[in-house]
Amino acid sequence: MDTAEPTFFDTNPKAGVVGQPLNRVDGRDKVTGKAKYSAEFNQLPGLVHAVLKTSDVAKGRITGFDTSAAMKQPGVLAILTHQNLPKLAKTPNDAEGKKAIGAPMGFLPLTTDQIHYAGQPVAIVVADTLERAQYAAALLKVQVAAEKPIASYEDPQAKLFDPTKVQDGKAPAHVVRGNAQAAFAAAPVQLTHTYTHAINHHNPMEPGATTAHWEAPDRLTIYDATQGVTRTQKAVSTMLGLSAEQVRVVTKYLGGGFGCKGSSWPHTILTVQAAKAVGRPVKLSLTRPQMFTGMGHREDQTQTLKMGATRDGKLTALIHEKTSTTSPWDNYAESNSKIINMLYACENFEASYQLARANVMTSTFTRAPGEAPGSFALESSLDDLAYQLGIDPLEIRLRNYAEKDPGTGQAWSSKSLKECYARGAELFGWSKRNPKAGATRDGRLLVGWGMATASYPVHNSQGTARARLYADGHAVVQAGATDLGTGTYTVMTQVAADALFLPVDKVRFELGDTKLPTAPNSGGSVAAGTVSSSVYMAAQDVWQKLIKVAVLDKKSPLYRAKAADVEVKQGRLQLKNNPQKGEDFAAIMKRAEMADIEGNGQGRYGSGYEDAQAAANADPAKKDQAADHSMHSFGAHFCEVKVDPDLGTVRVTRWVSVHGAGRILNAKTARSQIIGGSIFGIGAALMEGTVRDQNYSRYTNASLADYHIPVNADIPEMTVEFIDEKDPHINAMGVKGIGEISMVGVSAAVANAVFHATGKRVRSLPITPDKVLATKPVQA
Amino acid sequence: MSTFSSPDTPEGQPVRPEDGTRRSFMKQAGGLLGLALAPPFVGPAERLAAYSKTVEGVTSLQLKINGTVRSIQAEPRVTLLDALREYLDLTGTKKGCDHGQCGACTVHVDGRRINSCLTLAVMQQGKEITTIEGLAQGDALHPMQEAFLKHDGFQCGYCTPGQIMSGVACVKEGHAGSDDQTREWMSGNLCRCGAYPNIVAAVREVAGKA
Repeated sequence: MDTAEPTFFDTNPKAGVVGQPLNRVDGRDKVTGKAKYSAEFNQLPGLVHAVLKTSDVAKGRITGFDTSAAMKQPGVLAILTHQNLPKLAKTPNDAEGKKAIGAPMGFLPLTTDQIHYAGQPVAIVVADTLERAQYAAALLKVQVAAEKPIASYEDPQAKLFDPTKVQDGKAPAHVVRGNAQAAFAAAPVQLTHTYTHAINHHNPMEPGATTAHWEAPDRLTIYDATQGVTRTQKAVSTMLGLSAEQVRVVTKYLGGGFGCKGSSWPHTILTVQAAKAVGRPVKLSLTRPQMFTGMGHREDQTQTLKMGATRDGKLTALIHEKTSTTSPWDNYAESNSKIINMLYACENFEASYQLARANVMTSTFTRAPGEAPGSFALESSLDDLAYQLGIDPLEIRLRNYAEKDPGTGQAWSSKSLKECYARGAELFGWSKRNPKAGATRDGRLLVGWGMATASYPVHNSQGTARARLYADGHAVVQAGATDLGTGTYTVMTQVAADALFLPVDKVRFELGDTKLPTAPNSGGSVAAGTVSSSVYMAAQDVWQKLIKVAVLDKKSPLYRAKAADVEVKQGRLQLKNNPQKGEDFAAIMKRAEMADIEGNGQGRYGSGYEDAQAAANADPAKKDQAADHSMHSFGAHFCEVKVDPDLGTVRVTRWVSVHGAGRILNAKTARSQIIGGSIFGIGAALMEGTVRDQNYSRYTNASLADYHIPVNADIPEMTVEFIDEKDPHINAMGVKGIGEISMVGVSAAVANAVFHATGKRVRSLPITPDKVLATKPVQA
Repeated sequence: MSTFSSPDTPEGQPVRPEDGTRRSFMKQAGGLLGLALAPPFVGPAERLAAYSKTVEGVTSLQLKINGTVRSIQAEPRVTLLDALREYLDLTGTKKGCDHGQCGACTVHVDGRRINSCLTLAVMQQGKEITTIEGLAQGDALHPMQEAFLKHDGFQCGYCTPGQIMSGVACVKEGHAGSDDQTREWMSGNLCRCGAYPNIVAAVREVAGKA
């Protein structure tokens, strides 16, 4: 029988550098400009430039191209269209191909004459310089027979349908628990409210970019701006009909992702095809406007939430309906209802989804997909309930506190939400809040305080890592993970340093290459927990191998000891029951003439970890105890806004976030991540929205001048804390991950603060001045 | 007026990419490739061309970057940003929007911060251009770089060179007198990771020492 795997809690009861606020190990490269992003591998021999020509119309058929002017331009090497691009082994255009490729889109541009969305690539122009490629693309004429497109689910031509599954097939589209309809009908307090959410675009500062280099006719290296090198490798190799090992994908630095780089999008394979066609390495960067149609978005959506409650504010029924726009080929909708199902104790729940196909690029996971907009509806309605019943918004959340997961009935693996509420309230000064809305002023500005709960699940994930320990006391540790800027380089260096008992500067952590052991996509907050556990397990493998060397070495004090009786403390191998007997790892390696020793480890995260640990546990009684937990991070956001009553402008003036998210690997980078997620959420709450023209189905504000993301002057000083939380059920490190939870509940906290300031409930994101002015105050 | 024909394509012979085999492509592109790899050489004619009122086609441009004069062969429509990134391999300066909307391409020209995507390289000849690569003195980082490291003024790092160049200028301009003033004068540099409070902390620290 297997034995349960070692854990960081056991081997490193006192963490060394893990958790410490270390500066980023890759920081120096980033502040000096040395860090190389995917469009910056200029040394490739004969590198040339590609640009995409995209469609101006959203629906139609390409009837021809006039390439004459474009091709006369000096330096133009190729104009590739669906007419002359070689056929791929597989495309995502059919269900089987889409599944095999793992594509986010069931349609690949430049495979047919059909135009399905505005901004769809219709040609790739390759030239020796960027300027020449851009100019030739401008001269290229595309003849199109345009048709009237469908622009959204609100289009009169749109047909709504019930999908069986949403979020790329990952979540069921209809969930029923208890009898929500009957419970709602019987509820003494009933609230029915509709919430709308604008289209949001991720807009990482680094645009999508691919540099493709065919090193041989059957061997390809791609430098790709992706959150997962393995996913890109799978997609590209499958489409080309190559084996995975013939395609190497490298992402050393990634300029943000937020979900939009979590899939392999059309521009990547098109760049690869262009490189094949011209026989030279080709570089392609999406333009900023192309970022609005090239890598997905958060979909336009309407949610209706019916909330039934008792007069003392206890929830009895939640009924959630969501309607949103999807593309002509995919059934993508964020699963908003997941968080509504689990956040508060409520016995009756029902959720359903409706989609409409429109001539739009497919939507995709955007930071906290589902949880962010879902919590906006839930937390706004709960705030309404609190005001209606005269209960403090924090108190009503405590009254509905879920002691176990209402959705599954499972116990929580850990939950520090009460501590988050208490600490957040203390830091914010919540007890001083005036319970009356619209009653606090700072000069002529209205002041409002709001709060909301945050939560995000620990998904199931696994990955591998390799650790090589050198006798001279340094180590190289590797995993094919990516660092979106979240700090993967840094925190994995810290984990490896502790697990191998080395100083941080003696550890080099490498990532972002399919030649390294496979790690999961950095998305859904899985990277920190999975990769840190993989690194930790690889280090344990190193020690196990060294113990074997020691017990077989006649000159070792550990000669003929049982491997199970040997432990490793601070790099010293010693007997558990007689610690004097032992020696340093370097001594063992030196005697054995080993320059280095390598270990491999598999890290598991989420239910897969708990199941495996439980199965390996010899004690059947303990097995039941260990398994079957619901795993989530929890937190609370507190927000102060000041609203100009005449102009309707809203400014966030104070912010406090407190989270319980398992072990925090680096206090400094974690704080930055929470601040960043909160700012991302403040953007969605107050200013972000892409406007799609309902006649032409084109975006009208596809630029950073017109799509407003928060700027420095929009953001106040922010306070972030973490609750010290030990969770042994989720993975060997006890790490939950914080990428998504940082923005869950943020828009509701802002909206609730706006309500407190003005007495106006704005249920449409973003909360722009026109909406604030047009909304009538709720009569108390 | 001087007109330069393209170095890689004979006049009047459009490239025909569709039937381009690898061999025929290499023949077309060899000229440019050769040129790109050749040591910078500026003849009197090119020097004259670079400063004449009308410039067309590929021209020799001289740019003084981080204290060193560098020559490139580029068309007059090449932006300073693309000259840095694509012709000089100074990729520390980033392209986030190419329209002066994000600030990722911020560099100093004669001591002032500008968006390098909004100016042509040909216009910046004879001026002192400083990029992120020229900020440190050897191994010693500029205080603003140190402050960004210490205060974690970034996550992904893509806006960072622009933020740092802007931060240095912001202090020098006297626009970092208070946090509110810093926020305002640093608002031309977008950061999607949301490092703003940490950026303000970094600028505050350097301004306090200045």
